[in-house]
Amino acid sequence: MSESNANSYWKGNLKIVLSLLSVWFFISFVCGILLVDVLDNIRFFGFKLGFWIAQQGSIFVFVVLIFVYINLMDKLDAKFSKSERADISNQEGGVE
Amino acid sequence: MSVQLWTYIFIFLSFGLYIAIAIRSRASSTNDFYVAGGHVPPLANGMATAADWMSAASFISMAGLISFLGRDGTFYLMGWTGGYVLLALLLAPYLRKFGKFTVPDFIGDRYYSQTARLIAVFCAIAVSFVYVCGQMQGAGIVFSRFLEVDITTGVVIGMTIVFFYAVLGGMKGITYTQVAQYCVLIFAFMVPAIFISLLMTDNPIPQFGFGSQLTEAYGGGYLLDRLDGLSTDLGFAVYTEGQKSTQDVFFITAALMFGTAGLPHVIIRFFTVPNVRDARRSAGFALVFIAILYTTAPAVAAFARTNLINTVNNIEYSAVPEWFTTWESTNLIAFEDKNGDGRIQYVGDPVQNELEVNRDIMVLANPEIAGLPNWVVALVAAGGLAAALSTAAGLLLVISTAVSHDLLKRSLMPHITEQQELKYARIAIFVAVLIAGYYGINPPAYVAQVVAFAFGLAAASFFPAIVLGIFQKRMNKEGAIAGMVCGFLFTAGYIIYFKLINPAADNAAGWWFGISPEGIGTLGTIINLTVALTVVRFTKEPPEEIQKLVATIRLPGEAMQHRS
Repeated sequence: MSESNANSYWKGNLKIVLSLLSVWFFISFVCGILLVDVLDNIRFFGFKLGFWIAQQGSIFVFVVLIFVYINLMDKLDAKFSKSERADISNQEGGVE
Repeated sequence: MSVQLWTYIFIFLSFGLYIAIAIRSRASSTNDFYVAGGHVPPLANGMATAADWMSAASFISMAGLISFLGRDGTFYLMGWTGGYVLLALLLAPYLRKFGKFTVPDFIGDRYYSQTARLIAVFCAIAVSFVYVCGQMQGAGIVFSRFLEVDITTGVVIGMTIVFFYAVLGGMKGITYTQVAQYCVLIFAFMVPAIFISLLMTDNPIPQFGFGSQLTEAYGGGYLLDRLDGLSTDLGFAVYTEGQKSTQDVFFITAALMFGTAGLPHVIIRFFTVPNVRDARRSAGFALVFIAILYTTAPAVAAFARTNLINTVNNIEYSAVPEWFTTWESTNLIAFEDKNGDGRIQYVGDPVQNELEVNRDIMVLANPEIAGLPNWVVALVAAGGLAAALSTAAGLLLVISTAVSHDLLKRSLMPHITEQQELKYARIAIFVAVLIAGYYGINPPAYVAQVVAFAFGLAAASFFPAIVLGIFQKRMNKEGAIAGMVCGFLFTAGYIIYFKLINPAADNAAGWWFGISPEGIGTLGTIINLTVALTVVRFTKEPPEEIQKLVATIRLPGEAMQHRS
């Protein structure tokens, strides 16, 4: 991969990772721990909302986050392997 | 049929399966032995990772701990799953791209230093060893309760099985037995949970039963409201409210997350898939498989707690159910008739309370407490053993590769042939099995605390060193080594001080900033990062080829170095 392509690939990667990690931090540390008592005032089926996020909801979000990551990275890989083929037609072993 | 007969049947069948798999998947090269040839499909690797990860602690102890901690139990649930997000986003794909065998391989090569490699070897062995002792003890509890053999015999049986497939098949054998063990353990965990959920709430999905209304027989109303009410009536803390300080819960959760992402036996599982995309995928699958158990566990905890209070409080001691007497004989339940009225008073006030229940038995005893059929009760034993043995095997492999590959081949005896290296790997696993077995039979006094050690140490040593190695091109060996050493020593020192030297001060007033030793790994991680990032500013940057190496790790595509 050419250097400029590699750089923008890495930037795209960092953007994806950082945005997903902020969701990760928000749901677990902010909603599940810091604001849990406030959210407990809201009723969610048979649960207090804060309690539910802390014990179950956050785990569902974690699963979704990883699959969103897999998807976004596949797209990023595809985008760069395309521009890569356009740039250097005879390179071997580029992006899968 | 009796519970014991069913238990023998399940254990015999599951062990037979593990041995059959082991015979089919013999390792013939170091590549097979260390990383299963790198041919494990992502779905299978997800299952194997889940079994590798979910130990006797997850299967046997966690729901029980939560049922006594109430909302504070959250740090286990979020900590042990949230770490996978870090693993998937920050570590797994890049380490797979790096494409070697072990975590010390990465640390040693990335930081171009034998010292860094040896520190990593030491940390990997220390962390894994501490952890494996707990597994053996878990296996011992299951054997002694369900097979009514003594703990020594139980541990010996367990060790023989692990020894057989780990020595024969290495990572290849371990991977496919772990897939089978995942199926056994998740079935064994879910079946009783579904039964109990149906019984108590009419809802077959325990995750939903958790937030449903109780059936008439159990008094109606929402389960959690009822549990809060019972707890208040008896003077226990309200189940859905927290007791620990917010900063402590915050720090423990973070320490467990960083620790999870830094545990070598989990990381090496991602070396076994064919490529970077599959590494990402298998992290996703792993978390799905783990989440099935982890979202059920809090439900099981609430069911078990409600059931326990309903069943034992204020009943005649002479009329207790059979399970009560069986567990009493293992000393894991103890009743003392303080007021001499012949009834069990199970209340929050320690002066009046007459019943002590060991938290570890809640999952194992839960099906009996709920009066489920014998085969369901017996299933739990097979599940507990699958959980303990699968994790023990993964840990033993880390110890053996650290010795044969990192210590011998890469440091002390670089000229040995592959066949010799393989022989040393098998010898190392054999010795590790013996030592782990010894500690399973004679457990060190503080096993539970020692496991907190493993997480704190992994968090404070490996996690920052690996993340910086990938995300900071300019991170050099001086920074990484200083960071690892400071993080490790600080965390170990804090835990040793409060657990061994001055246990009297082990309370919120004695701790720094109200952080318990369980959560101190987070501060250790921060110290590691700070020290590393400071030292790197005053020392020279890493050589050109290392910066190129980092650039390659960051891109997907074929693993850059072919394996020997």
